[in-house]
Amino acid sequence: MKKTILKKPKGFIDVYKHKAGAEKDRTHYCPGCGHGILHKLIAEAMEDLDIVDDTILISPVGCSVFAYYYFDTGNFQAAHGRAPAVATATSRANPDKVVISYQGDGDLAAIGGNNIIQAANRGENIVVFFVNNAIYGMTGGQMAPTTLEGQVTTTTPYGRNTDTDGYPMKMCEVISQFTAPTYVERVSLHDAPHIRKTRAAVRKALQNAKERKGFQFVEVLSTCPSGWKMDPVKSMEWVKEKMLPLYPLGVYRDKGDEARVINRPVPIMEPATVWEKLGISADADVDFPRGDVPEQYKKMSIRVAGFGGQGIMVTGQALASVALEYGYNVSWLPSYGPEMRGGTANCSVNIQDGVIGAAEAVKPTMLLAMNRPSLEKFEESVVPGGTLIYNSTLIDIEPTRTDIKVFAIPITGMADELGNTRVQSLVNIGAYAAITGAFRVEDIVSLLPKLFKGKKQAIIDLNAKAVKAGFDFVKENF
Amino acid sequence: MARMLMKGNYASVYGAAMAGCTAYYGYPITPASEIAESAAALFPKLGRTFVQAESEVAAINMVYGAAGSGQRVMTGSSGPGISLKMEGISYCAGAALPCVIVDIMRGGPGLGNIGPEQSDYNQVVKGGGHGNYRCIVLAPASCQEMCDFTFQAFELADKYRIPVFVLTDGVIGQMMESVVIPEPVKELPDKSDYAVFGTPLNKNLVNSIYIDHDDLENWNLELLKKYKAIEKAEVKFEEYMMDDAEIALIGYGSVSRVLRTVVDDCRAKGLKVGLFRPITLFPFPKNEIAALPGRGIKNVLTVELSTGQLVDDVDLALSGVIKSDLYFRLGGNVPSADEISNKISELYGEVK
Ligand SMILES: Cc1ncc(C[n+]2csc(CCOP(=O)(O)OP(=O)(O)O)c2C)c(N)n1
Repeated sequence: MKKTILKKPKGFIDVYKHKAGAEKDRTHYCPGCGHGILHKLIAEAMEDLDIVDDTILISPVGCSVFAYYYFDTGNFQAAHGRAPAVATATSRANPDKVVISYQGDGDLAAIGGNNIIQAANRGENIVVFFVNNAIYGMTGGQMAPTTLEGQVTTTTPYGRNTDTDGYPMKMCEVISQFTAPTYVERVSLHDAPHIRKTRAAVRKALQNAKERKGFQFVEVLSTCPSGWKMDPVKSMEWVKEKMLPLYPLGVYRDKGDEARVINRPVPIMEPATVWEKLGISADADVDFPRGDVPEQYKKMSIRVAGFGGQGIMVTGQALASVALEYGYNVSWLPSYGPEMRGGTANCSVNIQDGVIGAAEAVKPTMLLAMNRPSLEKFEESVVPGGTLIYNSTLIDIEPTRTDIKVFAIPITGMADELGNTRVQSLVNIGAYAAITGAFRVEDIVSLLPKLFKGKKQAIIDLNAKAVKAGFDFVKENF
Repeated sequence: MARMLMKGNYASVYGAAMAGCTAYYGYPITPASEIAESAAALFPKLGRTFVQAESEVAAINMVYGAAGSGQRVMTGSSGPGISLKMEGISYCAGAALPCVIVDIMRGGPGLGNIGPEQSDYNQVVKGGGHGNYRCIVLAPASCQEMCDFTFQAFELADKYRIPVFVLTDGVIGQMMESVVIPEPVKELPDKSDYAVFGTPLNKNLVNSIYIDHDDLENWNLELLKKYKAIEKAEVKFEEYMMDDAEIALIGYGSVSRVLRTVVDDCRAKGLKVGLFRPITLFPFPKNEIAALPGRGIKNVLTVELSTGQLVDDVDLALSGVIKSDLYFRLGGNVPSADEISNKISELYGEVK
């Protein structure tokens, strides 16, 4: 009689080289454990579908933590529950590969519950093999989310009490709530006919994955003789009698031919194209020639303050943007803390040559106060000999300082006259240019298209008028 | 030169994109959200991956997957999110995976607030997660450095196969400065010896388990060797007016900028004050700080936005040879230059 030698499927590594210890030819699973059977079905399917060399397997934390001992694929070992997250990134990095997330019920439904739900909902191009053995095997038989009502485990010594522990979680039912998954089926390993059905489900999921057809989820009802403290035969019966009624077998989702093929873009790495795509260009630098700037305006520390909505941040950013084009070092810092709420806002701008130290204008050389509270709050902080610009449209008190230069400018009024309160910011820039001599009007105007990128020409034109108005007002009145 | 005015948070992502980072995985949190937002804006234009993960836990495990797949990959977060990432960072360290994590520190503990603090120092610089591991930690103090250090972080990460932190606070993340964008990398390192691509010739394993006790001990010793090599080769710091200084101010990140102003103010008053700014927090410039007394430094004042996390390392380096003091602000408050100058007068009034 001819002896049939049961061939090890090609999906398995010949010698389990990663396995610690001497026994490099057998698995670490207990007799009668479902993991071993499922491993074999997967390894055979990988061989038959010719994907052994195109597969990456993520081992979880749980009894299958060492799945990587056996599969002749690329292998990751992931943190507890996180295999779907690891698989997500692995699949994004290797879009044409089959990526398997192999997980137990504690791993998938408890600690990693959100990760599996989110990966399913994103429709990641991965296959999930989910071993539901109603218990934590690896750690010695504690309750899993899938543990049955009344089932005794080491952490439910009086049986799972639904009042305190909730009910068994049905993950196929959960996963099939989402729109994205392609294929969701629950199968079982408790007898030969069902193992054949599991074999078919494994193949279908892997075939879909080979075709890059999105998220595949196969839940496998499985035995844990050690955790359940039963012999293997009793375990099989237990699955049939106790688990099947609770966890109905069958297909929960099959998009069939409707399933979309997931394509991912190829990263652009060519340096010139990278810059082009991001609109970065060395030619965009302007470097205006500087005019005659009096000594006191060469190193500026400016506080711009007012109500939210008065263009405070825009004024500060525009100051920094323009100064930058004259080759100054600049910084802009928005205000922090409680004053951000309650409708007031302020920012700090530094304009100078050399390294800028503290970014906040604690002792500003210039204060631009757009409303009364700002004037009251910051007037004292201006350095002696510094400059105060205040919005005389809205501020009905006189500044008290006599040791600083004061410019009362009807900023809001001028903007309103131009037809749009929002151009206040550029009135400010015009005024700043006139006072300090640091910017020329035509330079500022030439930068407006860059500052207001994507805005209509009419807006740019109006802001150009605002710059001129602010500049002229200072020149005519001071 | 390609010069742009941008926030530190954006600058960091530009640096990453130029360094050939092909994947960003992150979860929003103030004041780091603009990192995710700018990656979401820039990466799709380059056919690169951006995923808003379901949590920081997921994000760092995605980073693990991407790094193990040979990608240059990045995530960004702040305080609470960094705490959540710690297990995953430990896995990255244990599997020797290179990755870049940007931490824009905010106020803690707990939900704290979104103001700038430096209170993640201990968890980031000392390891933070479980196990004996270190991450390289770079501490930028400007938007240009946010860009440049993030770029360099990828180089260091690959050089040592190690997670690298870019650690700064909300001030640097939120402020805008002019940034010169570096040239994109031309070539990325070959990682086929360890990364998993799912090809027949590359059946690698990304793993941090060593079941055998001796194996794990040896692996830890390997890691230790790596950290020693990093301590030898990668220390970075900056000095300002230190040559004739008698008082050294020590601070990193946004604090170091305030300290620079303090030095200028003190010098104007004739006080011999200088600034020593650690740029790498691991490796910490401990030899350089230990050498300060020998260079004529009589007093050291550490200023930080935490209750004495940085000063622990300063003191360890100084080993009590000279007096070391601490000044800190918390909760989102940033000390003004005057405040620190007053402290200096109060502490060392006699020094001239
Ligand atoms: C963060 C974390 N928490 C807890 C553990 C301990 N742990 C290891 S395996 C496991 C349970 C695994 O059970 P399950 O996913 O059902 O897989 P099984 O062992 O039954 O196959 C637990 C809690 C861990 N490794 N990591």
